[in-house]
Amino acid sequence: MNASVTLNRLAERFPGSIIDTHSHRGDDTAVVKREDIRAICAFLREDEGLLYNFMMDLTAVDYLGQEPRFEVVYHLYSLKYNRRVRIKVRVPESDCFIDSVVPVWPCANWFEREVFDLYGVSFNDHPEMRRILLYEGFEGHPLRKDYPIKKRQPLIGPIN
Amino acid sequence: MGLENIQYGASQELTQNPPDSEDPERLLGGSVVLTRLESVVNWARKYSFFLYPFITACCGMEFMSVAGPRYDLDRFGAALPRFSPRQADLMMVVGTISHKQAPILVKVYNQMTEPKWVFAFGVCAVSGGFYDNYATVQGIDTLIPVDVYVPGCPPRPEMVIDGFLKLQQKVAKERWSDWPRGASPVTPANMC
Repeated sequence: MNASVTLNRLAERFPGSIIDTHSHRGDDTAVVKREDIRAICAFLREDEGLLYNFMMDLTAVDYLGQEPRFEVVYHLYSLKYNRRVRIKVRVPESDCFIDSVVPVWPCANWFEREVFDLYGVSFNDHPEMRRILLYEGFEGHPLRKDYPIKKRQPLIGPIN
Repeated sequence: MGLENIQYGASQELTQNPPDSEDPERLLGGSVVLTRLESVVNWARKYSFFLYPFITACCGMEFMSVAGPRYDLDRFGAALPRFSPRQADLMMVVGTISHKQAPILVKVYNQMTEPKWVFAFGVCAVSGGFYDNYATVQGIDTLIPVDVYVPGCPPRPEMVIDGFLKLQQKVAKERWSDWPRGASPVTPANMC
């Protein structure tokens, strides 16, 4: 396996935080510990040799039946070096939160709200942790694999 | 009335229900028309719809087609879309309505002045269509009263015109007591 520049730098700087890495067909991926996500993101953004200044996507996956159940995925891009990296963090259902990366990339704001809305993973220190796509009063998180497919939600009345 | 019973819906209505009193009209030399005020008002209403296009999805293209010169809803007196609900009396709900849009739909409906009618255009507005999921309202009749349902994904312009003629027939039969309908109720959360 050819470890890339990014993964080498990460392993050098955070030796205890990297759970797993791979570079399958050039897609650099690192699975990291939940506690260190913000420090790792700040490092990826600020380090002179990496400069991942563009957070392209932030999403989540529900691995129902596995433990930890959820996985939050960050897709990062460095405009300067034309490099991409994926950072993955596993989040257990019983303790369903992770540190927000809004202080690192302000654009993560709505992505994190979307993940909260549809998966129910909440983000610590997020400036406005509430639903973004669905409405207040919606019950449950519809992209969870155990969301009942035929569930009917309460209809909402006129605004105000 | 000397009209032949031709196949168009609107004329059919006219020939099946001739004006109430032909004899007095003849006695008065044909210079006077006697009818019921209700019929005259309904006749005026059914040929003078002002649409409010509540268009949310791909059915909108088909609505443009039916409103355009080829199929031409103007022939049936429904030429002019009004983009203010205050000036409209026919709400065309064209496309998928999500739960998040539902309050807006009800609010716009309640802002229209009566008499007013609702046209569910396309299967999504009729029943939610294949969007049987957490985000989509399963038919706008769960929110507001609907007069005409035209299914189809999207409906052909001929279907829309047929639905439109049916709406005209419905309007022709209305009574004073049918109005006002009042504001559309909001479904309480514990009812669904």
